[in-house]
Amino acid sequence: MTAATARTNGGAAAALLRAHRFRAIELLPWAIAIAVYFLFPGYRLLATQILVLILFAISLDLIVGYAGIVSLGHAAFFGTGAYTAALLADAGWQEPISALALGAVTAGLLGWVSGWIILRTRELTLLMLTMALGIILYELAKDLDDITGGFDGINFENSAILGLFPFDVLYYTTNYWYAFAFLVLGFLVARTVVHAPFGRSLVGIRENVRRMHAIGTPVQQRMRHVYVIAAAIAGVAGAIWVQVQGNITIGVYEFEMSGNILIMLILGGTGRLYGAFIGVTVFTILENLTETVLGTDPPYWELVVGVALVVTVLFAPRGLLGVFDPLIRRFRERSA
Amino acid sequence: MAAALDIATTILVFGLAYAMLLFIISVGLSITMGLMGFVNLAHGAFAMVGGYITVKLVTPMGVPYLLALVIAFFLVAALGAVMDRLLYRHVYGRPELDQVLFTIGIVFVSVAGVSFVWGPDPQNILLPEMLLGDIDLGFKSIPVYRAFMIVAGGAIVAALFFGLERTKIGAQVRAAVDNRRMAESCGIPTGRLFTIIFALGSGMAALGGGLGIQILGGLKPVFAFEYLVIFLIVVAVGGLGNIRGTFVAALLLGIIDFAGKYFLPEGGGFFIYGVTFIVLLWRPHGLLGKA
Repeated sequence: MTAATARTNGGAAAALLRAHRFRAIELLPWAIAIAVYFLFPGYRLLATQILVLILFAISLDLIVGYAGIVSLGHAAFFGTGAYTAALLADAGWQEPISALALGAVTAGLLGWVSGWIILRTRELTLLMLTMALGIILYELAKDLDDITGGFDGINFENSAILGLFPFDVLYYTTNYWYAFAFLVLGFLVARTVVHAPFGRSLVGIRENVRRMHAIGTPVQQRMRHVYVIAAAIAGVAGAIWVQVQGNITIGVYEFEMSGNILIMLILGGTGRLYGAFIGVTVFTILENLTETVLGTDPPYWELVVGVALVVTVLFAPRGLLGVFDPLIRRFRERSA
Repeated sequence: MAAALDIATTILVFGLAYAMLLFIISVGLSITMGLMGFVNLAHGAFAMVGGYITVKLVTPMGVPYLLALVIAFFLVAALGAVMDRLLYRHVYGRPELDQVLFTIGIVFVSVAGVSFVWGPDPQNILLPEMLLGDIDLGFKSIPVYRAFMIVAGGAIVAALFFGLERTKIGAQVRAAVDNRRMAESCGIPTGRLFTIIFALGSGMAALGGGLGIQILGGLKPVFAFEYLVIFLIVVAVGGLGNIRGTFVAALLLGIIDFAGKYFLPEGGGFFIYGVTFIVLLWRPHGLLGKA
């Protein structure tokens, strides 16, 4: 090995070893989230929804961005977690955190069973199967409306968190911090997963599946595992989504949910976890702005999001965060 | 016995009419996917635009229904060719995720565009007199419109098979679907071929949109989203780029869907997805697709 390659290898290895360390800038989104609570008390409902959707998008990023499994049916897990928490509360199990944990378990189980089947296929078939699973669950929930409440939904109540902080569906005080806390937790889990050797092997599978097979990585098993983790986190997001509202409808299973979260994630940028933060925030705020300023009829929002998608794919294929990559690289090269 | 025969005929006729419609709309999608490996989620948008053009030609302008269908076919085919050259070509060969997003973006724009131009209200069409009423089969009478659908669908299927099996351009398409690089090395201009196929497929979708307004229960701006999944499923179950497979899948899914909704009006919508799930597990590349 020549000295030059040794140095670049050493540099790459050092970069990998550094990747998991926290940098100061990573505090920024959390500081913003805390500031929003105090600065915009009138928007706490919207802000809470953004926090939950970020968690949902992070779970999707694990499979789309890291393992390269494109899913158009991720709402299957979101909805399953949501219904687990809601039906438990409706049946009298009103403790929210254990209900949420059970939501993670049921969603994870669904991920395990469906992943075992779905992940044997790839590309278009995989896309179709994830989509079919999502729609089957939606149709089932629609048919079993005496259990799920159908379009009208079910209202339910949770007891206070840890017996101390009651949910507040009027001002979203406790609700906001509940979502915030689980976003922090979920984010840390996801961040640990992607920087662990397990996460690196997922990137390897995404980039060159043959080589990963060749060096003896159990590819199928790794994909199934990340699928279960992503499903469980999506289940947590779904559970929080309905717990903070005290209400659930079959909308949690809708295809639109799966489609929108994928769009938000891609808009922000995949395979970088923070893309979820940017994408969800920009998408949700833009949607609200357009609908309050211009109204929903005619559907200006569809026009905006449609054009945004086309432009993103044509001019910023790596998402909004990816736009800054060349700038950062140039800056680094110059300073090096 | 007579009742069973009656039900069976109903299911067969209505299911077949629906299946023909599914085939006419999906076949273009199947070929473009097989030829370029391109995931075009906006295919339903072409069907929707075709439907709207047909409605607007017939109702306010008084153009005969069949002529309106032909005009819609050519207008949307031209639109398809323009879209292909101006926009779509930039995403061929890009990762499927990009293609999915790009084409979903087009769907959003089309939904917004249609509501801007023609308003959000559902549109229906006054069929010409000759398509109203029933045909008496002796033991049962069936609606003329469904019978017309089946006959028109059958004619289109026959024309397509003939075109694909017996003409030069058909042979080129088959070669390009089979092995694109090899076809290119033999001097087949796959780029131009693709524009032609794309235009033809878009035109067919428009034809389907115009023909099927009544079967699909009227036109709304969300049509492109509502039916997107169904068309994709037909293509995936049949096998990409395989016209025979698409036809078999359309028959299977069309009849099963109608039968499901007939016997179980509450939960019938779910059958078609269940069948899709099972078929794709059993044959991941579709019924007649190649690995």
